[in-house]
Amino acid sequence: MINMYEVSETNNMIEHENLDVRTITLGISLLDCIDSDLATLNKKIYDKITTVAKDLVSTGAEIEKEFGIPIVNKRISITPVSLVGAAACKSPEDFVTIAKTLDKAAHTVGVNFIGGYSALVSKGMTTSDENLIRSIPEALACTERICSSVNVGSTKCGINMDAVRLCGEMVKATAEATADNDSLGCAKLVIFCNAPDDNPFMAGAFLGVTEADAIINVGVSGPGVVKKALKAVRGQGFEELCEMIKKTAFKVTRVGQLVAGEASKRLGIPFGIIDLSLAPTPAVGDSVAEILEEIGLERVGAPGTTAALALLNDQVKKGGVMASSYVGGLSGAFIPVSEDQGMIDAVNLGALSLEKLEAMTCVCSVGLDMIAIPGKTSASTISGIIADEMAIGMVNQKTTAVRLIPVIGKDVGDTAEFGGLLGYAPIMPVNQFGCEDFVNRKGRIPAPIHSFKN
Amino acid sequence: MRRCIVTVLGQDTVGIIAKVCSYLADNKINILDISQTIVQGYFNMMMIVDVSALEKDFGEVVEELDNLGMGIGVKIRCQREEIFEKMHRL
Repeated sequence: MINMYEVSETNNMIEHENLDVRTITLGISLLDCIDSDLATLNKKIYDKITTVAKDLVSTGAEIEKEFGIPIVNKRISITPVSLVGAAACKSPEDFVTIAKTLDKAAHTVGVNFIGGYSALVSKGMTTSDENLIRSIPEALACTERICSSVNVGSTKCGINMDAVRLCGEMVKATAEATADNDSLGCAKLVIFCNAPDDNPFMAGAFLGVTEADAIINVGVSGPGVVKKALKAVRGQGFEELCEMIKKTAFKVTRVGQLVAGEASKRLGIPFGIIDLSLAPTPAVGDSVAEILEEIGLERVGAPGTTAALALLNDQVKKGGVMASSYVGGLSGAFIPVSEDQGMIDAVNLGALSLEKLEAMTCVCSVGLDMIAIPGKTSASTISGIIADEMAIGMVNQKTTAVRLIPVIGKDVGDTAEFGGLLGYAPIMPVNQFGCEDFVNRKGRIPAPIHSFKN
Repeated sequence: MRRCIVTVLGQDTVGIIAKVCSYLADNKINILDISQTIVQGYFNMMMIVDVSALEKDFGEVVEELDNLGMGIGVKIRCQREEIFEKMHRL
């Protein structure tokens, strides 16, 4: 039988160490909404989302209350809109009407984000893909709850440099379209390599075409819990350190598994995966950077950071895998700058640079995430940064992503404010040398030799 | 049987157990196990209870116990047992 020590350990994690389930994300396939008439398509999309997801928020709240565990976000991911809208949308403006429909549906069902205003173009772009990508700045400027992503590369296909070039321009255009809010639109736009079909985390969530009609994916969190647990092994060897991370990740993931199972049962929708990620928030003590510092770094960004992060990421997976029946999504440590107080502090102290963050993305689950850069940064430089990050993903057979925010009107030394979970970020300097001739080459970078496994 | 864990944490005072137990009895919640300690005036109690005879919505009980706790000056939580089972048992 459960004892008092175990009960108080769990409740301490919830009350004092920010243990929560970060998101229940309901994946909804929109493939059956496809229609060549734009008005009919919009109606079908609205009706399907508001029917399938009508009980999502209330069910989440019920589970939260009964188990006493906060479920921070209830969200929806959908089939990439470039596919759904291909038959009806003849221009970027047509796609914007879908964005508005999605935003309306999000408000109706009460979710805070819908992800999947996306295109998958790792090898080539259809006209529809290109129209969707070109519609992103307007779509993100005129909606509140839409998240957009573009997959521009994969280990199997290489990197579509035409899409990389276009995405650099669209990131810049999105920044300009939302300049009044410190270019907030860019916080909802992710460029991916090897994007997973079942990611529950925003802004990169979408429901891949390999998925079922509807599915529940859950993202857990708990950087604060790991940090607290590691205090107990200060000064001890790597074996003790790794064991402690694994045990803690196991416990955190078990809560996610429980919530996912309950949500699936109550909504009558199958359970997909648990995403094992350590996702920080701007709240004090909810920081991945602070875990790395607890491991022994004076500040995140110091020599040793990449090794410590590699260790952390691997142990989180090892501990979490046994706790869940299905694991997927991004699964690992997230290192967003603006959403992690420890990262912000490290940048302000000069300990953490864009280049070090790039190195860190080689060993953790995502990429250059929520990084504010000077608004004057050129589109080609942004494309160059995207290409570098995509190359890391392609060669290392992992997901990488770029979520850069060129904050219009601000420069190094200023701070961008995004509010809420998105936090705030100091503007980081970008290498001043150009890469225009490289980015302007047409075509794609071929897939690496080790991708030919057949 | 539907088991839940009731925890009570806070400054010790007269009648905490009595008030919590009366509430549970009024709502047909059966107590299966109680453990309780007081460390430096701080009251810490855990009960394992069975809510299978409960007539009202479980969410309502969670809220009412929370309110009862506020009245006494302690923190009362009522959670389904599975969250602890899942985390601490293979």
